[in-house]
Amino acid sequence: MADKLFVAHAPHMHKTESIAGIMWRVNLALIPSGLVALFIFGPAALWVMASGVLAAVGTEAFIQKARGQKVTVSDGSAFMTGLLVAYNLPAHCPIWVAAAGSIFAIAIAKQAFGGLGRNIFNPALAGRAFLVAAWPKYMTTFTKPFVYDAVTQATPLSLIKEGKASGMVDLGLSYWDLFIGNRGGSLGEVCILALLLGGVYLLCRGIITWHTPVSFIATVAVFMWAFGSPEGLFRGDALFQILSGGLVLGAVFMATDYVTSPVTKKGQVIFGICCGLLTGVIRRWGGYPEGVCYSILVMNAAAPLIDRFVQKRRYGVA
Amino acid sequence: MVRIEEHKHLTENKPIEQAVLPARVVIPLLQHLGKTLDRVLVKPQDHVRRGECLATSDKGVFAPVHASISGTVSQIADFPHPVSGFCRAIEIEGDGKDEALDTMKPRTSDEVARLTAAELRAIVFESGIVGLGGATFPAHIKLAPAKPIEDFIVNGAECEPYLTADNRLLIEKSREIVDGIKLVARIIQPKNISIAIENNKPQAIRCMREAVKSLGWRVVVLKTAYPQGGEKQVIKSCLRREVPSGKLPFDIGVLVHNVGTVVAIAEAVYLRKPLYERVMTVSGACLENPKNLLVRLGTLVEDLLKQCGPMTREPKRIIMGGPMMGIAQFTPQTPVIKGTSGILALDEAEEKEQEESFCVRCGACVENCPIGLNPGLIALAIAKGRLDLAESYGIMDCIECGLCAYVCPGRRHIVQAIKAAKLKIRKQQNK
Repeated sequence: MADKLFVAHAPHMHKTESIAGIMWRVNLALIPSGLVALFIFGPAALWVMASGVLAAVGTEAFIQKARGQKVTVSDGSAFMTGLLVAYNLPAHCPIWVAAAGSIFAIAIAKQAFGGLGRNIFNPALAGRAFLVAAWPKYMTTFTKPFVYDAVTQATPLSLIKEGKASGMVDLGLSYWDLFIGNRGGSLGEVCILALLLGGVYLLCRGIITWHTPVSFIATVAVFMWAFGSPEGLFRGDALFQILSGGLVLGAVFMATDYVTSPVTKKGQVIFGICCGLLTGVIRRWGGYPEGVCYSILVMNAAAPLIDRFVQKRRYGVA
Repeated sequence: MVRIEEHKHLTENKPIEQAVLPARVVIPLLQHLGKTLDRVLVKPQDHVRRGECLATSDKGVFAPVHASISGTVSQIADFPHPVSGFCRAIEIEGDGKDEALDTMKPRTSDEVARLTAAELRAIVFESGIVGLGGATFPAHIKLAPAKPIEDFIVNGAECEPYLTADNRLLIEKSREIVDGIKLVARIIQPKNISIAIENNKPQAIRCMREAVKSLGWRVVVLKTAYPQGGEKQVIKSCLRREVPSGKLPFDIGVLVHNVGTVVAIAEAVYLRKPLYERVMTVSGACLENPKNLLVRLGTLVEDLLKQCGPMTREPKRIIMGGPMMGIAQFTPQTPVIKGTSGILALDEAEEKEQEESFCVRCGACVENCPIGLNPGLIALAIAKGRLDLAESYGIMDCIECGLCAYVCPGRRHIVQAIKAAKLKIRKQQNK
């Protein structure tokens, strides 16, 4: 017996949770939105998702091999990045655009910084930002839901930005349409119901907490209610703002990214509020109709700063 | 703080049993927090009886050790030690008679009533009593605080998984605990007395409530959470006060003793019995019959495992203490010492070794650290060789409970790195 004993420092037991387990659960939580996208936009959505995921996983494996590291694509994090890149794209964009976004996300935004846990910016959002800068045409041509063909339709937010509509009545949409995804938009962002389903699952499994998503969404709601309408203060449509664009997708799945958000709960609330303010400012006065992506990216850069100044109170320190 | 798997059901309802008298014991000269004993009072071939003082010292922080069986001193040499690898120890071959010293006769209650505080303290010192919760700090030193003590807390939280020895003491020895508390109270004159017990020990809570009914002491029921039984945590939970960073409990007028220590003090005073045996839990998935045993100090781990067998599986690791803070043994031939609160025989299923991965900043360690540190950040500073940064992040306040490494999904060796870095920092400071 004696020569076979295993000796290590305490603790000698662990919680069973692993990083791969967490990542795959997030992927699982993303599945409802993907399925709904197939239903809304047809098979084109599937090719975009497949291309995004394959490119992300392939790029990660290639770079890790080339650098002589252990290939860790089975941990589900590259898969998640690829899927999120695809969710941020119009369903009928060329599949090479999805691949290019995923390659940028993994190669530049993640691996160039040192890989999992070392990146400053959310890789999927960095990929999206890259695509918007490189091929704006493909990134802003959205398709009409339930047609399964490349019939274009602008998103509600861009219609409002361009002054072609001023509210729900002009858009010819109901809140229910927005809630179930009957509108133009990126393939993974349109169905709020499916996103919330995934979000509730993540909350119940303790993978995310309410702090970031709730503070983010609530801030956008309050801000747009107060300043969102050109007709004056406190006349904006808060519910419309919550349900349109990529707010729920961003608040639930991207702003909660462990690596690029603050570690303390207090810090996460500050992070969420700042994301919300930036989103509101961009939506109302910025050059883009939607501001979720850029507000999260900007706040990613501020996360270390938040961690520096927002810490838990230490025991026995006045 | 967080609730973790307890595994206490294995032994929590099993009454304390007297372990089989060992044929041979190994008594290490270091069984306390302090310096190794340098004055050995016996030599090979000497005959000793149970209770006889074997080794002591002249000055410094120490507690003497005593023979736990009667027999012959066979050698004084280096033996495996549960904490420090190897240590000088006295080996006794038992004669099977288990003769006690003649002086070990109970004191009458009149005799006890006449003892002064100084005499009581001297008895605690001569009996070699140390903190039995695991810290093993000599008890007589804590009984001579430099400042008056307002609150005396008897710590029966026992938050480590598997361990149930304190639980059984609270149930079976509540009278001795009350006697011990009264003695400690005579020495330090506290204003308030609290007995802290986690709410996963309902029977212990009932027994202690019954025992202290007319005494005006508080039985404080604590939420079950690890590390509730840590000295700093138990003080905060009982009194809503915190020990300032870098200070000791007595600085805020608080004294904490483990229930086992209090029982040992009662037995030393009433029975003239030095600390040569203690209650410990012998448990783990590899043992068919896990037990709470009253064990003679110096008994070898393998002898105790045999008594709780047969083995259902070959143990992959043997832990002395609890699974969160205990020490993995490299051989089953280590002797149990004063600080041994349990012995665990664990198989792989209880501890899957996994490769350490990168920190993904999930914040689980931050969320759960009972001291409010950012353990992940401290570990990163250590990895960069920046001990100065680690210090500014509060590394020296770490109580080494191990919760950060327990909850880390990346299986990062956070508390392990912190322990090593603390040793380094202390060494630098002592230079």
